Amino acid sequence: MTASSLPALNVAELQLLLRQREVSAPEVLSALHERIAEIDPAMGAYLSVDLEGALKLAEVADVNLPLGGVPVAIKDNINVAGQPCTCGSRILRDYRSTYDATVIRRLKDAGAIPFGKTNLDEFAMGSSTENSSVRTTANPWDLSRVAGGSSGGSAAAVAADEAFAALGSDTGGSVRQPASLTGIVGLKPTYGRVSRFGVTAFASSLDQVGPMTKNVRDAALLLNVLAGSDAQDSTSLKEAVPDYAALLGRDIRGLRLGVVKEHAGQGIDSEVKNVVAVAIDHLASLGAEIVEVSLPHTDYTVAVYYVLATAEASANLARFDGVRYGHRAERPQSLLDHYQRTRAEGFGPEVKRRIILGTYVLSSGYYDAYYARALKIRELIRRDFARAFEQVDAVVSPTSPVPAWKMGGRQADPLQMYLADIFTIPANLTGICGISLPCGFGHSAGGERLPVGLHLLGKALDEARLLQIAYAYEQSTQWHQQRSSHSVGGVGEAASFPSLT
Amino acid sequence: MADQKLDVTYVAKLARLKLTEEEAQLFQEQLGHILQYADKLREVDVSEVETAAHAVPMFDVFREDEARAWFTPEEALSNAPRQANGLFIVTKVVE
Repeated sequence: MTASSLPALNVAELQLLLRQREVSAPEVLSALHERIAEIDPAMGAYLSVDLEGALKLAEVADVNLPLGGVPVAIKDNINVAGQPCTCGSRILRDYRSTYDATVIRRLKDAGAIPFGKTNLDEFAMGSSTENSSVRTTANPWDLSRVAGGSSGGSAAAVAADEAFAALGSDTGGSVRQPASLTGIVGLKPTYGRVSRFGVTAFASSLDQVGPMTKNVRDAALLLNVLAGSDAQDSTSLKEAVPDYAALLGRDIRGLRLGVVKEHAGQGIDSEVKNVVAVAIDHLASLGAEIVEVSLPHTDYTVAVYYVLATAEASANLARFDGVRYGHRAERPQSLLDHYQRTRAEGFGPEVKRRIILGTYVLSSGYYDAYYARALKIRELIRRDFARAFEQVDAVVSPTSPVPAWKMGGRQADPLQMYLADIFTIPANLTGICGISLPCGFGHSAGGERLPVGLHLLGKALDEARLLQIAYAYEQSTQWHQQRSSHSVGGVGEAASFPSLT
Repeated sequence: MADQKLDVTYVAKLARLKLTEEEAQLFQEQLGHILQYADKLREVDVSEVETAAHAVPMFDVFREDEARAWFTPEEALSNAPRQANGLFIVTKVVE
């Protein structure tokens, strides 16, 4: 194993080498840093990387801890003490975190090394990472396409072997959709399973942090560390955390998987439809029983989400007022002018759109028609899923109706971008868990392979079941071994990088 | 239709955002489309449904009110756009 090939490893492989003293944690970090220096100018996955700070942790890392010596990339809306936390926004361009988020403290306690802050749509609002005010992130399978979003930086970093694993946040699919578009595994835990303390709030009733990894076992290893109650987050759940990694490997014979009747009309790309149908047949061949279920309120999912998520965002983003931290407008004429110009200069267009929409649906006269009504339909969607889970152990679908699209291709029409979240949003609205894992490829007109993700939804706190199904699928297929053209030794590595135009 | 009533400039002021004319025009159109789409929520019969802010049962969580180590004043001020003498400098509020 040469230093330059180290970044190709997954977490479990890396741990083996670290524990056998084949490599040291500082050597791993240096190799990863070189990889980032080499490839990230073309990929744009990272917003900041602090080698010196991470080396201090690596030098004292105890490799026998659950994630001892393993570097983990962190989405730049999760606070790491002493590091920037821009949230991809101009308003936090010069911000430095003064404390660790609970998920970071848990990673550090488990011996992991938070290393590098990854790109995202501004305040995690978007599905392509094009809403970042800093830079765009390319898809490692085709640099002219988006990596998905909002955790596009974390997804691209893992898919391009610039990270062994990463953390993302998922408010409507922001872990699972970029995982799908870049051919990796992304898990959104049950609401409350993982602490939100220190994660910059977008929509507090929907946000959840999740692992983004090269395979299912790594997702289980990270969830083992991330999950658990937290006195700093009153919404975190007290239920005991199982050893997710130890529970892998059980067969799925007799499990019932639901295919949703109402998904048929949701504009799924024909290649995606075929690839996912083959994947479902494969699950059946492993002994799962495929059952049709009905989720009658599917058509209202996206509308409910964009009312509730923007309402919560408009309140959460009120804190960015240029008083205690962040950008402040020069020479304000009055307090109102101070607020209005600070926020106009600090926020990008998508954030402004959502703040305005959220303010509107909460405003007097419209609250009942939009916000209160959306809350009630959310409850109806929750009941749909409760009924479905009486019949099945998990619901199966594509993660995204389309593979990665061309940069700039969907920017002009926000509504079209929103509609692509149809399969992932219900997990956030109903507080349940979901996972995306690679299940095949679509193809661009030019013939590039574009990853397709298989999406599994499970009941609240049923992560072990989801991981069991995902692992059984993964281990009996080859998809997780397919590497992007910009992974270590990938076909794109030999050639010079194509231009981004 | 409620979306006809959206006055982007007025709502932006409520949200403390100054918009350029171009932004106001663009957002008026884009948000009009989105609200038109959201109007499908009116089709649903919600008369039997109670409102809950969360998808999962939530309870108040209390702890003892005890002092503990947290930010120093220097740390709390470390990201301040303007500060002096251990205080945030704010824009004048009263004339």
